[in-house]
Amino acid sequence: MRSLKSLADRFASLLAFAGVLLLWEVACRAFKVPSFVLPAPSAIVLAAGQLGPARWAEHALATMQVALLGYLVAIAVALPLAIGITRSRMLSRTLLPWLVVIQSTPIVAIAPIIVVTMGAGLLPRVVITTLIAFFPLVISTATGLAAVPAELIELSRSLRASRSREYWQIRMPYAVPYIFSGLKVAVTLTVIGAVVAEFVAAEKGLGYLILVSTSTFKVPVAFAALILLVSGSLALYGLVSWLHKRLFPWSL
Amino acid sequence: MPRESGHDAPANVAELAKVSKTFLSSDGSEVKALQDVDLELRRHEFVSLIGPSGCGKSTILRLLAGLLMPSSGTVSIFDLPVTEPRDEIGIVFQRPTLLPWLTVLGNIVFPMRHKYGRVDARELRRARELLEMVGLAEFGDKRPNELSGGMQQRVAIARSLLHDPEILLMDEPFSALDALTRDEMSFELLRIWNERPKTVLFVTHSIQEALLLSDRIAVMSARPGRVSEVIEVPLARPRSMATLSEPVFLQLANEIRAKVFTRKPH
Repeated sequence: MRSLKSLADRFASLLAFAGVLLLWEVACRAFKVPSFVLPAPSAIVLAAGQLGPARWAEHALATMQVALLGYLVAIAVALPLAIGITRSRMLSRTLLPWLVVIQSTPIVAIAPIIVVTMGAGLLPRVVITTLIAFFPLVISTATGLAAVPAELIELSRSLRASRSREYWQIRMPYAVPYIFSGLKVAVTLTVIGAVVAEFVAAEKGLGYLILVSTSTFKVPVAFAALILLVSGSLALYGLVSWLHKRLFPWSL
Repeated sequence: MPRESGHDAPANVAELAKVSKTFLSSDGSEVKALQDVDLELRRHEFVSLIGPSGCGKSTILRLLAGLLMPSSGTVSIFDLPVTEPRDEIGIVFQRPTLLPWLTVLGNIVFPMRHKYGRVDARELRRARELLEMVGLAEFGDKRPNELSGGMQQRVAIARSLLHDPEILLMDEPFSALDALTRDEMSFELLRIWNERPKTVLFVTHSIQEALLLSDRIAVMSARPGRVSEVIEVPLARPRSMATLSEPVFLQLANEIRAKVFTRKPH
């Protein structure tokens, strides 16, 4: 009895998930819901199978490529920006308002404009992804850099250490937990950015696939793409968490 | 404050002469933290600064550390005005402020790595000696968060002694510890100070701690912060638990308590 309970505890979320899937399937069949309104899980699996693994891989890789490139560019932009903001009052005063303006602009609204100015290649997609992902990174990194105890900075000053050592040996490591919380938020945002970019202009990718298949009422394919997107996003999040644990165990 | 004469008074290691310090508060008004403070530290002397919160104790410490510059008056170390932080100074803060990503040993040699970018074998050996001296020989490879608060503060003390500073500045180093650990640390500090004589300036809120440790106690008053009196502590060394119950100790404690709290009863 006890072991049964602990077993149920352990697999509770899995059981609930299976239950929902079952309910969904049964409801779709019982009420004869048309597949363009809500496809049954079995219909989604069937449609996914029809498209073939090669095509799925092509679309998924295209989206991942945009997401990861945008992520890397966002990191490359955000970290120096955060250092600049914490180092200089002047930079903080001049840059921060612009960052807030960029962050407050609906990304979906500027995406078409970016595509018009930059063309329909990989570049605008990466730019759109970067734009959506870099802000939380800048803010969390800057917060971390500034959260260093005043005494440690005094210790650094009392040793007459250089500013670059102050940053590399004290502030940056201190900011690691903050940077990683920013990285975790940003990585899920990059998937959103990639999909938005593909909605506007793309010839492949999971976002593109959703757009095309829904416009021809192939909703089961769209659902399959959606599931793949969520899985990809979760996997990326898991990867960042794993890297955090692996590289900086002291900061957990 | 008249210098002691009669016997051959040793040269002052550090001196504050007519030092005032004014801070600009966030609303733009001026706050006078210190006014006309005179204080000298003689060689290998243990001096405590005691007084109510906000009387500028920490400001004095930071002036000596070269982290702050006086608004007027002079702060000097070995008769040279302090214009920037100097190598003769070691600092222990209220909190241990160890770096969580470094080992205990890594934390002790951190000042060297931070200042010069590298640590040589001699400094590592010295760090191990210091670790042994503070009673943590077998904890060198541990992380700071595996140590208790008192142990962490011992590591911080070892860190401050790595470059063998002439002057040790301690800013309420035991105030974040529980009462029992605190007493233990006081005796520990006396033992370390005996082993490696330093000129110590010790900021504290505790009259008992100041009496137990010090050769002299500078009593400060607040708003504006000034040294209102310097009291010689005639208790014999080495001091021990028994010192705490000596009549002179108790009498001095009462005297100082009256002086510290004359204007601001608690």
